Amino acid sequence: MSVTRTGPLPTGEASEYDVVVVGAGVVGSAIARALARYPLRIALMEAANDVGDGTSKANTAILHTGFDAAPGTLEARLVREGHRLLGAYAREAGIPVEPLGALLVAWDEEQRATLPRLAEKAERNGHRTTRLLGATELAAREPHLGPGALGALEVPGESVICPWTTTLAYATQAVRSGVDLHLNCRVEKVRPGDPYHRLVTRRGVLRTRLLVNACGLHADAFDALVGREDFTVTPRRGQLLVFDKFARDLVRHILLPVPGALGKGVLISPTVYGNVMLGPTAEDLDDKTATGTTAEGLAGLREQGGRILPALLDEEVTAVYAGLRAATGQEDYRIAAHPALRYVTVGGIRSTGLTASLAIAEHVLGLLADCGLDPGPARPLAPVRMPNLGEAFPRPYRDAELIARDPEFGTIVCHCERVTRGEIRAALVSTIPPGGLDGLRRRTRARGGRCQGHHCGAEVRALFEEGPREGRSAGRYGKGAP
Amino acid sequence: MTRAVRGGGAVTRAVDVLVVGAGPAGLSAAARLAAAGAGRVEVLEREATAGGVPRHCARPGFGADALGRALTGPAYARRAVREALRAGAAVRTGVSATGWAGPLTLEVTAPTGLERIRAGAVVLATGARERPRSARLVPGTRPAGVLTTGELQRTVARFGPRTEHIGRRAVVVGGDPVARGAVRTLRAAGVDVAAVVTGLPSPAVAFAGVPVLVGAVVTELLGRGRLSGIAVRGGDGRTSVLRCDTVVFTGDWIPDHELVRAHGLPLHPGTRGPVTDQGFRTAEPGVFAVGNLLRGVEPALVAAAEGRAVARAVLERLAGGPWPASGVPVAATAPLRWVTPGLLGPEAATSLLVRPERRLVRPVLTVTQDGAPLRRERLGGTLVPWRSVRLGARWTSGVDLAGGPVTVSAEE
Repeated sequence: MSVTRTGPLPTGEASEYDVVVVGAGVVGSAIARALARYPLRIALMEAANDVGDGTSKANTAILHTGFDAAPGTLEARLVREGHRLLGAYAREAGIPVEPLGALLVAWDEEQRATLPRLAEKAERNGHRTTRLLGATELAAREPHLGPGALGALEVPGESVICPWTTTLAYATQAVRSGVDLHLNCRVEKVRPGDPYHRLVTRRGVLRTRLLVNACGLHADAFDALVGREDFTVTPRRGQLLVFDKFARDLVRHILLPVPGALGKGVLISPTVYGNVMLGPTAEDLDDKTATGTTAEGLAGLREQGGRILPALLDEEVTAVYAGLRAATGQEDYRIAAHPALRYVTVGGIRSTGLTASLAIAEHVLGLLADCGLDPGPARPLAPVRMPNLGEAFPRPYRDAELIARDPEFGTIVCHCERVTRGEIRAALVSTIPPGGLDGLRRRTRARGGRCQGHHCGAEVRALFEEGPREGRSAGRYGKGAP
Repeated sequence: MTRAVRGGGAVTRAVDVLVVGAGPAGLSAAARLAAAGAGRVEVLEREATAGGVPRHCARPGFGADALGRALTGPAYARRAVREALRAGAAVRTGVSATGWAGPLTLEVTAPTGLERIRAGAVVLATGARERPRSARLVPGTRPAGVLTTGELQRTVARFGPRTEHIGRRAVVVGGDPVARGAVRTLRAAGVDVAAVVTGLPSPAVAFAGVPVLVGAVVTELLGRGRLSGIAVRGGDGRTSVLRCDTVVFTGDWIPDHELVRAHGLPLHPGTRGPVTDQGFRTAEPGVFAVGNLLRGVEPALVAAAEGRAVARAVLERLAGGPWPASGVPVAATAPLRWVTPGLLGPEAATSLLVRPERRLVRPVLTVTQDGAPLRRERLGGTLVPWRSVRLGARWTSGVDLAGGPVTVSAEE
């Protein structure tokens, strides 16, 4: 077990793996974690300097039920299974989840007429608890909705989740169970071979019997490295606005748009951090690095959001960001085994990938067996208990016992998000420490609030640059802390 | 008088006056109240050092010492802390008030544990912050190198004036004295200032040789990992890219009103600070608000004067005085941005603070109640959007405190 960010990769026998998973997003990390149950040599390779640094960090953070998936698709099955698996795992690993339920709000007659059909579709996907709400009940359930809401379809079970903690929990558990994580390690060439494929990087060459492509937006480019051209990934940009915590009382459910002829519309959702999110846009692009927001995109979101929840626009915006979803021109995942190459491609994982991640991982285990992997007997994974980033669960700054054990947890550094010095120090000595301030934010919420570092930026940076302090805070955070 | 009871993991304590925030307003309130015999006066400061924003403003402009020598921000801050302590107030640093446990009772997190502090009176003096890039809805990527003046100053205070911790080439956004402060701070740290970008039709202050783009807006941040430039649309409608690795967004203040809102107290729509009357009383009995929490940034001396001025109403409250139920609401109309306080009364006429939306040359100001003009007067000077003007007691002397809303308007 090790995490590397710089320097030469292992050589000799240490460079030989049974399976290498390329791409440490939520899907790749879940696959590495699933493989870690077996007595295998596994590596997880990532081009960026942190796990979950691509599509996995910038999404709508919803744990879907899959009620609206296309029935009969692989995606529908994996989302349904994944929802159950991740719900259970979140409780075990301390990933914040709030089962708020969703309301698909109809704003015109056409949308209202669509609701019963969506309820039928949900039923075909195995969700029988949806319910139609009239305008009066809807107004009682969501009193801050703008004028003109005609009714809604209620979908119990739709939840909000912390996407950062989810990916980090998978990767942490994988590493603690023996997986080697190589960050800053882009695979530039693949030289297929038998019994070993050779993966060429600027930091050295790794050899592996089996190979998994979990490269997200770049899954098509990686396929090309092994000579496959089965699909093209078109990045679909989703811009999002996050509103300050004072907006949280304005909305009680995840407010989903009713899909219609005029496109999909935007959602308004609480976040587990106590904020409210508005978005996403859907723009098909060519550039897989175009994660910038645009004036038109933000103005359009505010206009749509203001109709749904007028009071939202009075609140401060704490973040503007954009994520890219991996569209492949097919309304399903593109997961395929290539037994002759001992290679599995996990592509086209769209916005449902966070929800489906654990089910995708189990599915990929089966495909690896088809490619000749004999995993051997399973054993329990090393336990993991993640620091809580959710507002609905106890946080260190309110934990008298924790503060009594270590006063660092009574010293708030990031005031907007109430992040203590103890949490920052714990993150710096965790199994997969952050590679930068953004990584630290995804592990602690530090600098993620309304002031965006105006008050705490310099202090948080000083703590980060000071680095881990031996014997401090690590392990005091509770049993199984990462 | 302090008493401590353990319960529910938090220590419950009682003080006479609890001041939240040890900046100029909070410290001067504490000093005045402690000196006046208000009993146990405790100031909570969430940062490691008391003194507030002036700690980071290494320039004169903070009044003078006893010998008439100009004070810099840090010297002023030290003196304010010293005066509060000398008067007998307790100033606790690294201690955060995180919410309300009940009326006049705050939830507090400190390295020594959790506390619930109940007070006879609470004075909120939590200050203000500059809006960051996100709140200004500036599009583009999310690279490092995007700061506010506050973060820039704190970075210099924390790491020293060194380019390694700031950048090599910066653009400053804003055109008022805060922007000039940012330019000076950057230059003192050895950072090349490429330009000042301001939406104003002309800059408020001189920028000593730095090119100023007027009537301009930042339309996009560029760069991955580190800022590589900003796109700016100029007054002529053309967009160009300024290469820089640092951009500092200045001004555009918003009160740090979290405790105000956590209590559900009404906000003044123009300032986003709490509505108070002329004694700095909020809608909640025993809770006062002073300083830049009321409306964003005014000079430290103005905030400190408010801190001193609140003492009288606090002492009245501690002596069992009734809480005024309401006052006469005051509002500003365009081209005025805001007027504070939000309520006139119950004290006899005192002054109003007015801020325009744009530059107004020798405007005529009118104070109206229930549609009837009370006072109309041409001001001698020019109003500018980065500075407030104080309207003295004569402006409100005719207001009927039992009457309807008062409006302040302006025309050129």
